[in-house]
Amino acid sequence: MTEKPAMATLPPPDVMVTDMTKRFGALVALDAVSVHFESGTFHALLGENGAGKSTLVKCLMGYYQADEGDISVNGVTQHVTNPRHAHHLGLGMVYQHFTLVPSMTVAENLVLGEEGLPSVINWKEHLEILEAFMQSMPFRLDLNRPVSSLAAGEKQKLEILKQLHLGSRFLILDEPTSVLTPDEADQILGLMQQLTDENRISVVMITHKLREVEAYANEVSVLRNGRLAGQGYVKDLTHADLIRMMIGSEKVSKPAVRTEASRREIAFEIRNLVVGNDKGLTAVSDASLQVKEGEIVGIAGVSGNGQTELVEALSGQRDEESGEIFVRGMKYGKTRSEMREFGINMLPEDPLNNSCVREMTVAENLAIRNFDQPPTTYAGCLINRGAVRRHGRDLIERFRIKTQGPDVRIETLSGGNVQRTVLARELAGDVEVLIVQNPCFGLDLNAVAEIRNRIMEARNGGATILLISEDLDEILELADRIIVMFEGHFVFETSREKADVHEIGRHMASHV
Amino acid sequence: MFGSTFNNGLEAVVINAAALILTLAGFGIFVALFGHNPLDVYYILYLGAFATQISIENTLTQSAPLMLTALCTAIPARAGLLVIGGEGALVVGGVATVLVGIHLGHLPPWAGVLIMGLAGSIAGGLWIGAAGALRQYRGVNETIATLLMNYIAIAIMNHLVSGPIRDFDQVLKTSSWSIPESLMVGTVPGLDVHWGLGVGVVTCVILYVIMRQTTFGFGVDILGGNPRAAQMAGLPINRMVLVCCFIGGAGAGLAGTMEIIAVHGFASESLVVGFGYAGILIAFLARQNPAAIIIVAILVGGISASGGLLQRRFDLPDATAAVLQGMLFVMVLASNTAYGRFKIFQVKAN
Repeated sequence: MTEKPAMATLPPPDVMVTDMTKRFGALVALDAVSVHFESGTFHALLGENGAGKSTLVKCLMGYYQADEGDISVNGVTQHVTNPRHAHHLGLGMVYQHFTLVPSMTVAENLVLGEEGLPSVINWKEHLEILEAFMQSMPFRLDLNRPVSSLAAGEKQKLEILKQLHLGSRFLILDEPTSVLTPDEADQILGLMQQLTDENRISVVMITHKLREVEAYANEVSVLRNGRLAGQGYVKDLTHADLIRMMIGSEKVSKPAVRTEASRREIAFEIRNLVVGNDKGLTAVSDASLQVKEGEIVGIAGVSGNGQTELVEALSGQRDEESGEIFVRGMKYGKTRSEMREFGINMLPEDPLNNSCVREMTVAENLAIRNFDQPPTTYAGCLINRGAVRRHGRDLIERFRIKTQGPDVRIETLSGGNVQRTVLARELAGDVEVLIVQNPCFGLDLNAVAEIRNRIMEARNGGATILLISEDLDEILELADRIIVMFEGHFVFETSREKADVHEIGRHMASHV
Repeated sequence: MFGSTFNNGLEAVVINAAALILTLAGFGIFVALFGHNPLDVYYILYLGAFATQISIENTLTQSAPLMLTALCTAIPARAGLLVIGGEGALVVGGVATVLVGIHLGHLPPWAGVLIMGLAGSIAGGLWIGAAGALRQYRGVNETIATLLMNYIAIAIMNHLVSGPIRDFDQVLKTSSWSIPESLMVGTVPGLDVHWGLGVGVVTCVILYVIMRQTTFGFGVDILGGNPRAAQMAGLPINRMVLVCCFIGGAGAGLAGTMEIIAVHGFASESLVVGFGYAGILIAFLARQNPAAIIIVAILVGGISASGGLLQRRFDLPDATAAVLQGMLFVMVLASNTAYGRFKIFQVKAN
């Protein structure tokens, strides 16, 4: 604690990255990237997923060792070998997902990261130190509240406070707003802006959201395919400049076109569904909804409000406690024959773990839906491996999956291509009902546009679609009807025409 | 492509070979502690296992039941279960064989043998199938269940052979009635190895084809590879688990049948000699591949076969062969964590 730099006196660290290159096998994740993170600035690292943003900060934090290039902190060249070392240099990182202990209080969470903690903690003394620390911050939390009672925005604040308390004055925020409602995001980023304006900390924010860069950052560096695609002061750059740097000269596919569907019968229905989570608590309470043919119903909500359990219950990965699911008026028991008869397909989140077999090849994974049907079978029960491979090759081509071939293990593919593989498998056959969760997570803009187009195409073709997404923009773009899920309840419903972002945002944050 | 399959195969060969070499090195230290030259010991090991026709026959005889008991672990493992109940399933299969066989003296031998084989495999299959059902419907851990069921099976047999079906004419050993002499099977032509070897090899080959070439086998690979993917695909998971457990148990039960009709003729403590546990080792060494089990079982059979010679020649403790087997088991299990760690076996990304 004693070596912690006094906050008011020293300027925050000034970090320079010079010609940094990092390779993973044959993949060049970072190619001679140089960025100067000036002391006391709010610096945005903008880029699509896979552009190299995370690799850059992981090299800075010592999780990876760069193959080439230098890091200097306050003018001194440093070999950052591990995160602890980075921490001693005053660098700290706030992760996209919370790393707090929910059952402990705010104070306990602040203390547990301290180095050289004595075996017996003098809580009275510690609380006084923490209280004084809180007073010096522009935002405060009650030290005695348990973390489990904090809202997402407050948890994010606590993560930031924790880093500041541990002495980090160069804060790296990894997609800090991904789990926040729009209002919470504005508040947090506003505070970060305030702290950098007061020259108390330097901030590096990883993001792919242009709005956040334009509203809050002083400087921006744009990465594309591992290369620096541009950098400068935000005030000197236009929106169009930023987009051009981010995606290059490639054209972005047009947003999906919505046509009026002719058939409008209810094809999918959930009645009073109750689903528990792994801890035996109720994750989905008494949920009911109906989806018509040619309709996309979007379920919005902040991550962790029961969406995953809902999708698991619909996909057969979790038994519901009560309630019923109907497809075309018939009770749906989640068997393979029903899935085939009703044309039910699934695009769950985290497809590699949820709907693929890592050790199997791309072609085999593409066959998971239809391996027991001709033409991949013969004599009824024998599998035709040649046909599995041909079927795989065909889908790889049609859906432009980047793979070395149909016979490599799926785990060797990038996340986007795993997503594409599952999409190919689920959309290739007869799609009548489609249940989709966060389909574009981690994909680049073109892939996002393509996947959304395919979902919209399926809808226009009369498919019944339930879209569960944490990305509100995606819901607003695709859904015909929007439902907000909060703490397991469907708390709000609106039509596409009447949808208002702020109203939806308020319901995502709490019951209103 | 070819390259990746080839690399994966090569990786398995290299890792298992390394485990074998490390085991021999460790065993060398063990025998050196008793004042023997490890090289002499290795030579005797080879002599006892593979050097002469007699030692080869001995090895094959030892390996016959191991092929079948290995299936008891390997087939459920493909569906994602860790079953270690081969010992119990073998005993249950042996007892069922005797119970049925003693009434079949009037039948032609082929019919009697067939019925006894069915009895043994069905009994073993139901035994392990019960553990699978307990897991799927009651949430009971299959590893613990099958381990404990081994003791239950042995206890049941001990009860039967010391009372209800005891043959009081056998004074040297507590044992059951014997099956009719006419139903005992002989040896494979040209070899002094009983028919258990043929049954083991054929069963392993059939199961290799089933797991590799049928839609059922493909479904089981999905289930074993990622149960969540199997759930999402709507596969009949309970049924698949029960079938795999039944097949595995049937393998071990059939081993029990062969022990009765080709070796002992009656049920007794002689059935409980650790074939089931050695089968676990073999299943893991073979990475749950039924075809590879044949080869690995012969290797491990060789260790057992040369164990006696080793003990006699060097005056080593009785448990020496068990020490070698145990070392091999630990090394193989530990080496399983080495897969994917060596860059040269990984296909390079584009």
